[in-house]
Amino acid sequence: MIRELEEKIKRLEEQEKDSEILRIKRKEITEKYEKKFKPYDRVQLARHRERPKVKDFIENIIEEPMFFHGDRLFSDDKSIIGGIGYLDDIPITFVGTNKGNTLEENVQCNFGMPKPEGYRKALRLMKQAEKFNRPIITFIDTPGAYPGVDAEERGQGEAIARNISEMGRLKVPIISVFTGEGGSGGALALSVANKIIMMENSIFSILSPEGFATILWKDGTRCKEATEVMKLMAKELYDYNIVDRVVEEDISFSLEGFRDNFIRLKKVIIEELQMLMIKNSKELIIERQEKYRRIGGGF
Amino acid sequence: MEQNIRYEKPVISIIKRLRKFRKDPKEAALPEKLFEKCNGCGSLISKNKIVENFFTCPECNYHFNITSKDRMDMLLDGYRIINRPFKFTNPIDFPTYKAKYRENKKKSGLKEGILTVEGYLNDIKLIVVSLDNRFFMGSMGSYIGEEITKAFEHAGERDLPILIFSTSGGARMQEGIFSLMQMAKTSIAVDRYGETKNLYISCMTHPTTGGVTASFASLGDIILAEPGALIGFAGARVIKETIKGELPENFQRAEFLKEKGFLDEIVHRKDMREYIYKLLKLHGYRGCKK
Repeated sequence: MIRELEEKIKRLEEQEKDSEILRIKRKEITEKYEKKFKPYDRVQLARHRERPKVKDFIENIIEEPMFFHGDRLFSDDKSIIGGIGYLDDIPITFVGTNKGNTLEENVQCNFGMPKPEGYRKALRLMKQAEKFNRPIITFIDTPGAYPGVDAEERGQGEAIARNISEMGRLKVPIISVFTGEGGSGGALALSVANKIIMMENSIFSILSPEGFATILWKDGTRCKEATEVMKLMAKELYDYNIVDRVVEEDISFSLEGFRDNFIRLKKVIIEELQMLMIKNSKELIIERQEKYRRIGGGF
Repeated sequence: MEQNIRYEKPVISIIKRLRKFRKDPKEAALPEKLFEKCNGCGSLISKNKIVENFFTCPECNYHFNITSKDRMDMLLDGYRIINRPFKFTNPIDFPTYKAKYRENKKKSGLKEGILTVEGYLNDIKLIVVSLDNRFFMGSMGSYIGEEITKAFEHAGERDLPILIFSTSGGARMQEGIFSLMQMAKTSIAVDRYGETKNLYISCMTHPTTGGVTASFASLGDIILAEPGALIGFAGARVIKETIKGELPENFQRAEFLKEKGFLDEIVHRKDMREYIYKLLKLHGYRGCKK
């Protein structure tokens, strides 16, 4: 009896040694992998022309999506898409920034840079979600809010500020997914959420690296250098507790190659959503507001 | 508790400073130059005149940049500073942040670009916050975001109205994502304060841009601005590059914003005290209690 047990223990110990070796190996590989991918590479992956866009994400994750239009105030901003659909069996509202896949679509979508009417359209759909008690999933892939005369005239700053503060008090669960680029207040205006999920090769930053370099060094061409110090990669933001989940990615530039990524992302969204849906509206609001309240405190 | 707090009179009121300046120009806090060139109309105006005119040009109404302290002295009858002690932090370990911080501190004599006070305007007690663009261009880092948030919490807990003078280049680049998140934190603070049904007056002064325009500054119950103040989200240079054309006249100026419907009123600095008092009174603030 004792001998048997001892043998078992011995075997387990050996296994442990093996697993330790494997763990070290894994660490080595991931470190190598991460070393290979400099922040600037991630930026380029996040922005890649052929990377699936928000519309592709929506169509591959949400069943029977119906797209709605207009802010009821001014016009329909095509850089923001949104509507309703099912996530598995759960009726949800989705909103996202879309860049478009072809050059023609890019122009139509203003390269994913929303104007105030876009943010107001997003807010209208989110308020509707609240009314019908639907969870909200937002998808973000934008260089930032559009810097233009018309956008300023119609109150770009006000529209972003309004979205941020209103999202803080919506009574339904909000999950934000960063699929590509997440630039500045333009991305924040759609990502005040209970949970933030980032694709491994997406970025989220205070400003585009070009803008950052222009402001700090008066030289937009030093953007590669900027990415090194900005801490804009998903993993870095996860370590800062800004982001809740990072979804591993197979690197690919086709919908086919992204299939597994979509499946993984969908699984993570559903996991998080199920956790949120058992909470009541008061808990959801407090949890969301407190999360932002804590960031950059401690003085 | 509350009654025990002593409110100091502003150390040097405008008039006192003026008197002192006349007696002994060297002792006054004003620079040695007796005349200043107006950035608005280019005329040479005596310092005395400028100070007498609440730091504005008597010829063209150009509003000179003023310090947070001067602003409080001009506006309030007495106040105490309620900012929490500042501690330098470098949340994303930005390489040159500390050096840059020291440089700004030396240049401006400030520890950070924000001043929060609890004070009296006539008989009404209120919280006033002023950003200072001499320090890092008034950019909002974690400390400023935290202090704005705490000002709202402080005011909300005590049922006091709050007035914020903003001037800012936007979010502070050196604090990266943490700085961006201050937009969310402060905007949510405005919303929570709103639940106490107290009045938040936002006054935008030259220049208010970027992340500050796109957060608490645009969320006032009443939004005011000083004449000629530059207010916007994107920088004019960036817009010019994007549209590859000329910008309209008066673009992003207070007058432009009022025309487009984003300001309640433009108030001259010399009328500010009276205007704010009227607003507070109408909202039922009298004496120390609402």
